[in-house]
Amino acid sequence: MDVYLPIANLSVNGLVIVVLGGLTGVLSGLFGVGGGFLTTPLLIFYGIPPTVAAASAATQVTGASVSGVLAHSRRNGVDYRMGTVMVGGGVIGALIGAALFRLLQALGQIDVVINILYVLMLGSIGTLMMREAIGALKPSLLGKGGPAVRKRRHHPLVASLPYRWRFYASGLYISPLAPLILGMLVGILTMLMGVGGGFLLVPAMLYILGMSGNVVVGTSLYQILFVTMVTTMTHALTTKAVDIVLAGLLLLGSVMGAQFGTQIALRARPEYLRLALAALVIVIALRMLYGLGVQPDEIYTVAPL
Amino acid sequence: MLPALLLLLAAPFLAAQREPVLVPEVSQSRIEVRQGFTGASLLLYGAVIAPRGAAEDYDIVVVLKGPTEPVRIREKERLAGIWMNAGASDFRSAPSFFAVASSRPVSEIVDERTAAIYELGTDFIQLSPSGEIDPEEQARFASGLVALRRKQGLYQEDPNGVRISEGVLYQARIELPSNVTTGRYTAETFAIARGRVLASATAQIEVEKVGLEGQVVAVAQRWSFLYGLGAIALSLAMGWMAGRLFARG
Repeated sequence: MDVYLPIANLSVNGLVIVVLGGLTGVLSGLFGVGGGFLTTPLLIFYGIPPTVAAASAATQVTGASVSGVLAHSRRNGVDYRMGTVMVGGGVIGALIGAALFRLLQALGQIDVVINILYVLMLGSIGTLMMREAIGALKPSLLGKGGPAVRKRRHHPLVASLPYRWRFYASGLYISPLAPLILGMLVGILTMLMGVGGGFLLVPAMLYILGMSGNVVVGTSLYQILFVTMVTTMTHALTTKAVDIVLAGLLLLGSVMGAQFGTQIALRARPEYLRLALAALVIVIALRMLYGLGVQPDEIYTVAPL
Repeated sequence: MLPALLLLLAAPFLAAQREPVLVPEVSQSRIEVRQGFTGASLLLYGAVIAPRGAAEDYDIVVVLKGPTEPVRIREKERLAGIWMNAGASDFRSAPSFFAVASSRPVSEIVDERTAAIYELGTDFIQLSPSGEIDPEEQARFASGLVALRRKQGLYQEDPNGVRISEGVLYQARIELPSNVTTGRYTAETFAIARGRVLASATAQIEVEKVGLEGQVVAVAQRWSFLYGLGAIALSLAMGWMAGRLFARG
C-alpha cells in the first residue's frame, strides 16, 4: 500500500507506518509511556527526514495520550494541580527547545546532540528501572513472599526549594518549582526529540518528586497531552514539518496497538512489565551508543540553505 | 508529436543548412504528484535530422535536470570517538534531480572538457561552490553530494539509456523516484558527432503537487496556524475514538 507523504515529500509503504504506530501503541498501553522514543528513530531509519519524523511523532503522541488521560481521570488518577504546573513548565520548555533546535540545526549538530541525549537518558533511566525491577522481583524469586513495601520520599533537593504548595492527589507538600523545572526539561526534550517524555517523567515523578504511585501515570499523560499539542503547533509554525498524513497513519496503528497493550497489561505481572520496559530501553540506548561510535553509512549530509 | 511531424515534413528544406536538426519531445510535459504517487517514468524521444549530404551517425545525450537550490553539505568525522559533523561546504546551485542518458558511455563520445561544458555526467554538474575552500576539498564535498543523491535515486547516469533507430529516431526513458522535488524540470538533448556538440534542444517538464496533496502543502505553508490546529484536532479525535473503543471493550 503506497502512500505519498506530502510534507516528507516521499512515498512510503503505509502498512509499515501503521505497524510502527501499532508497536508504539502496544507500548503505551502496556507501560503508560507515549512511545515516541521508539517512533522517531525508527521513522528516521525508514528514510523520513529527521525534522518531519520528530514533528509528526509529537502529533501522534497527543492522540496516544488522550485515551489514557480519559481512562485515568475516570478513576481519579490525575493530579490536575501538579499536571497543570508541569504543563506550564512544559510550554516554557517547548519554546526553549524550539530555539535550541534552530541553533543546533544551524551548527549542524542537531543529530549528534539528539543521539547523545538518547543514549544518556535511556541508558541511565533503563539502568535505574532495571535495578528497581530486579529489586522488586528478588524476594518473590527467592520465595520470601511479597516485595517489601518501600516508603517513597522525595529527593532532598526538592525539599530545599521555597514556597511550598499542597498537592493533595499526589500526597505531597512541596515547592511548585520542582514540577515546573521538571516539566520544562521534558518540554525541551519533546521539542528536540519528538518524544512525549513519559519514560523520563514517570521515573522522575516517582523517585525525585516522590508522588504517590496511583496518580503518576495519569498525571504524566496529562502533561504529555498538552505539551505535545504545543509542540505540534510550534513545529507547524516554525519548521512546517508536521506531516498530517504520516501522523494519521501512525495514529491509526497506535489506536489499535494500545488496545492490544492494555489487554497484555491486564494479564501480566507489573514487575515483569517493568523489567521488560527496562530491558527495551537499555537495548535502544546500547544500539544508539553503537551507532555513535561506528562509522555511519553516509559521511555526507545535505541541508538546504 | 505535431511539431515533430511538421519538422519531419520540412526536413528537406531545413537540411540545406550545415548542422543537424534536433526535434525533441517528452511523453509528459506535466507530472502530477498526488496520493499514491510512487514516481514517474518519463520518455524523452525525438528525431535527429542530418543536413543534406552528410551521412553521419550521431550520438545522443539526454540530460534531465530538476530545479536547483542552494545547499550546505556537511562531512562527518570521528571526534573523541563519536561520529559528528565537522566540515561543511556551501554550493549555490545543486540540482534537486539530475539524470544523464546517452547512446554510448559519455567518455567515448566527447572529451572531458566538452562533457564539463555541457554537464554531460554527474561528475560534471556545475554546483557553483561558494566561500573560500580549496578546490580539492570542494571536489571531495561535491563527490560526497553526488554519491549521496545517486543512492537516493535523484542523480542517475545511464551510459546506454538512449536507443537510436535508423540513425534518425531516438528515445530514452528516465525514472523519477517518488522523492523528487516539485518545480520546473529541463530536458536537454544533444546531438554529438566527432566529439563535438552539433545541435541541442530543450524541453520543459512541470512537476506539481495537485489534489489533496497540493492543498496540504499549501495550507501547511500559508495557514500554518490552521494546519497546526487541524493536526491537533485529528490526533485528539482519533485518540478520543480509541478511548470509546476501550471503554466498550
